[in-house]
Amino acid sequence: MARTSKKQTALKFRGEWEYAPAPESKDHIRLEKKYGLFINGKFSEPRSGKYFDSVNPADETLLASVAEAGAEDVDLAVTAARSAYEKTWSKMPARERGKYIYRIARLMQERARELAIIESMDGGKPIRESRDIDIPLAAAHFFYYAGWADKLEYAVPGRTAGPLGVAGQIIPWNFPLLMAAWKIAPALAAGNTVVIKPAETTPLTALKLAEIIRDADLPSGVVNIITGAGSTGSALVNHPGIQKVAFTGSTEVGKMIQKTLAGTDKKYTLELGGKAANIIFEDAAIDQAVEGIINGIFFNQGHVCCAGSRLFVQEPVAAKVIRKLKDRMETLLVGDPLDKNTDVGAINSKAQLDKIHKYLKIGVNEGGEMYQTSCKLPSRGFWCRPTLFTDVSQSSRIVQEEIFGPVLSVQTFRTVEEAIEKANNIPYGLSGGVWTDKGSKIFRVTSQIRAGVIWANTYNKFDPVSPFGGYKESGMGREGGLHGLLPYIQTYSN
Amino acid sequence: MEQTEKKKSETLNGTRPNGQEGNKRVSVRKTYKLYIDGKFPRSESGRYYALTSPEGEMLANICRSSRKDFRDAVVAARKAQPAWASRSAFNKGQILYRLAEILEGRTAQFTAELVSMGVSESRSKQEIQASIDRLVYYAGWTDKFHQVFSSVNPVESSHFNFSVPEPTGVVSIIAPEENGLLGLVSVIAPAIAGGNTVAVLASSAYPLTAITFAEVVNSSDVPAGVVNILTGYRSELLSWFSNHMDVNAVVYCGSDAEEIRLVGENASLNVKRPVILSPGDWYSPQEENPYRIMELQEVKTTWHPIGQ
Amino acid sequence: MSRMYSPTMPSVYIDQVGVEERVSRLNKRSIKKSSKRSMLNLAMSMLDLTTLEAKDTPGKVRQLCTKAMHPHDLPTIPAVAAVCVYPNLVRTARECLRGSKVKVAAVATAFPSGMSSRKVKLEETRWAVNEGADEIDMVISRGHFLSGEFRYVSDEIAAVKEACGDAHLKVILETGELSTLDNVRLASDLAMYAGADFIKTSTGKVQPAATQPVTLVMLEAIRDFYYDTGKKIGMKPAGGIATAKQALAYLVMVKETLGFDWLTPELFRFGASSLANDILMQLIKEETGVYQSLDYFSKD
Repeated sequence: MARTSKKQTALKFRGEWEYAPAPESKDHIRLEKKYGLFINGKFSEPRSGKYFDSVNPADETLLASVAEAGAEDVDLAVTAARSAYEKTWSKMPARERGKYIYRIARLMQERARELAIIESMDGGKPIRESRDIDIPLAAAHFFYYAGWADKLEYAVPGRTAGPLGVAGQIIPWNFPLLMAAWKIAPALAAGNTVVIKPAETTPLTALKLAEIIRDADLPSGVVNIITGAGSTGSALVNHPGIQKVAFTGSTEVGKMIQKTLAGTDKKYTLELGGKAANIIFEDAAIDQAVEGIINGIFFNQGHVCCAGSRLFVQEPVAAKVIRKLKDRMETLLVGDPLDKNTDVGAINSKAQLDKIHKYLKIGVNEGGEMYQTSCKLPSRGFWCRPTLFTDVSQSSRIVQEEIFGPVLSVQTFRTVEEAIEKANNIPYGLSGGVWTDKGSKIFRVTSQIRAGVIWANTYNKFDPVSPFGGYKESGMGREGGLHGLLPYIQTYSN
Repeated sequence: MEQTEKKKSETLNGTRPNGQEGNKRVSVRKTYKLYIDGKFPRSESGRYYALTSPEGEMLANICRSSRKDFRDAVVAARKAQPAWASRSAFNKGQILYRLAEILEGRTAQFTAELVSMGVSESRSKQEIQASIDRLVYYAGWTDKFHQVFSSVNPVESSHFNFSVPEPTGVVSIIAPEENGLLGLVSVIAPAIAGGNTVAVLASSAYPLTAITFAEVVNSSDVPAGVVNILTGYRSELLSWFSNHMDVNAVVYCGSDAEEIRLVGENASLNVKRPVILSPGDWYSPQEENPYRIMELQEVKTTWHPIGQ
Repeated sequence: MSRMYSPTMPSVYIDQVGVEERVSRLNKRSIKKSSKRSMLNLAMSMLDLTTLEAKDTPGKVRQLCTKAMHPHDLPTIPAVAAVCVYPNLVRTARECLRGSKVKVAAVATAFPSGMSSRKVKLEETRWAVNEGADEIDMVISRGHFLSGEFRYVSDEIAAVKEACGDAHLKVILETGELSTLDNVRLASDLAMYAGADFIKTSTGKVQPAATQPVTLVMLEAIRDFYYDTGKKIGMKPAGGIATAKQALAYLVMVKETLGFDWLTPELFRFGASSLANDILMQLIKEETGVYQSLDYFSKD
């Protein structure tokens, strides 16, 4: 029922006092000044002779200098992976392969806090997230796929399963270690060997993972970790010695990769951009929906391909939801990623911050009403206040394009059909959210949204057993769960 | 392709009048047109190509579809797709089975067409039977592949989580040039069994059975727009079939490296799913499997809390 | 919509898992140093120091009152908000606390079950106020509530509120018997729309008593009621809150749900008995830098 609420003095969430700083201690973190490439089981200087800097986006300090793999380095890595594939990994009993993967999972758990802190330093994400989400999920991912190694035939009914060969994998900067786990774990379980390239702004936890892989005594060359930027990735994708490409990143780059791979025998999976609709019906559990909206867009500074960046609220509750949303946004603490109370950390890089600012300007110029929280921002580093746009329409660029930042656009709707139509009116199809207390409506809406992951009465939940991936321009193939194993398997008729 | 000598009385166009039998009835020939949105239009371009038998005998003028015919086919397929996908699995199975029934009943007509196009009579019968059986095979999968390829995922948090296949949407199909009927049926059946709608380019060498199959489709309770069949030249239509932005997947049958590359590159424009099929033998039992359905499916995962 | 009690009261759905996730996230707040000290002092000032046993005597109540007015020798440590007793001990408490700002709260309305006639409940309320109670903690009729007789429950609250006169009315929902968070929300709204000054989770006689998810749902009900009516209703979780750490977690919920306006004894109370000493131990630890022993704190 529609209720017109009287104007009340807004609740006060700031000003009187704040939680005292509660920074996670980083005394025990050891980072080298310089990192080489992890090829054939050891770190080595790049043949390219080039290095680049990895910077802490929260204070712009230098964390480490990291090797930039050139074409010759890529070739060395692929050769090492090929040799490991032929000589050891594909020959090894599947059960033993699984045990190596279990080892990696355990070593990650043992070093979880260290990994979390480095993740937050290198990428800017709050320690609460790296500690409670990224790192435990990454370890769990290895644990899950380890168990698949000797059970592959059960994943492909009526067929026999085998590995593909060498997988070339390229991962993004938003969940550096977690994405490495999503890529490496299923590949290894299926019997493939790996050459993986972390993103250039966030290479450090992948290099720590290299240490773990070394400590696990994984046969040399089974996993090779090569750092670099776009040209390194391109050399990897185009290398004739790989049989499989797995890419997570922008739709723009994903399309380039798909085009490059046309006419080759390389298999590929793409996990690309998104612009998810998060739909709030009037009969939703509103307070929990508001929390879901917050998690949907402000999780990891909005650097999430499945972020619920397009909010659709049914008109009778729109005013109420927006008010609650603004109240909740006021309680978000923006700042030091290592502070245990931080909700929104640093924007990953200067380039990304510039992109977000560009979109904020576009949004305002298009006539959107911009609301930002009143929080103070640190003077150094890259920061963006949690932002909400109302008075936007389907045609607004900030509604159509992926911003990859803490920016939410809000639209209203009247009917279920309208919500579904607007939700699907986009080239992306990665994820979506639906909020209603009515069971039959949930099943109707979730079945009609054209997207690979639908959260009903929740948002931004991840689990190693749960397949993830998009429809339409959001990519193809799944990662996670049984379905995430299939892209790394070759099947034969029985 | 088998060349066989045919008796005049068995040719596609019926008994032809000759000098001695001048009083015989003149047969009514069939016009072969396209099949778009449940209707049989000519190509909007007005173009055609003449199909002749191996003996050089004129068989029919075949529509040479244009990119606009393909565009119309995609519009029809897109319009029909949600309703087709939401038909019950049982109903889709019934309709595919119905296709088999009608095809079986038209065996004589299909045999005549195949024979006229140069396929031996025994080979024709074999192809028709295999096509019928293939339809029955996929009819049986419509209400089973979800069960085989879905999963309930035991997540750690208090949520019910499950993954199910859903149709990828509109599929454009370059049907095999060989096996004009069996090849066509082998690519259409798994696509529509999974709830997709299709725009298909039939074999240019064997187009007659494709259009007659469209008649089977049209009389088998398949809703308009679910199956759209075009005839024409692969070289003219390949790019349009692969670059259309409202097509979700493109199936290419063949082994031309240049064509495969073109399809793949065009597919990247909107991240279409390219499916390249180059089987040696469409009769092989290995050509019948549920993975053909799954290649044109998306896996959707849904989460919901478990609470009060 | 059948559960809607009146056209003026909103019908609100609650998702249990979502509430628990929110609580779990709130519990990740790390309270250190200056904020810890000020929040502990605040928690102390919000205590309704409670004794509700059949064996209570004037002697026991007098001890409790002494502790209430003067919890510790450290001058920065505030007095508690109120002492909460059975009606027959109100007079004792009133006399003991005379001259202090500590309020006297009395449970009434056939506490803890509420299984009596309305006449008896109203009589008991008037008597407790007459004896000197500043605040009345009533229980709702859970049986009527669970059988859907919402108007009965609402009318009863309104009648008790009238019987209170100037005394503040806290309405105990006894959430441990309401079974679902949807019911907690509905009962909260019923109580507020019927005239409650405070809503309170529990009698302390039923398990579970106060929980964080229940409290969060009630705080959100208070927030919605404020935005809808402009009235600020108080909140009192009671029972089961025994440690300073738990108390801080509740204050974090208040701070982030209702904001600073509610971080005052006027609008937030803890119903507890052993909590006081744990807060004291933590405050003294902050003061001295060493971990404390209960041997150094009076048990009253």
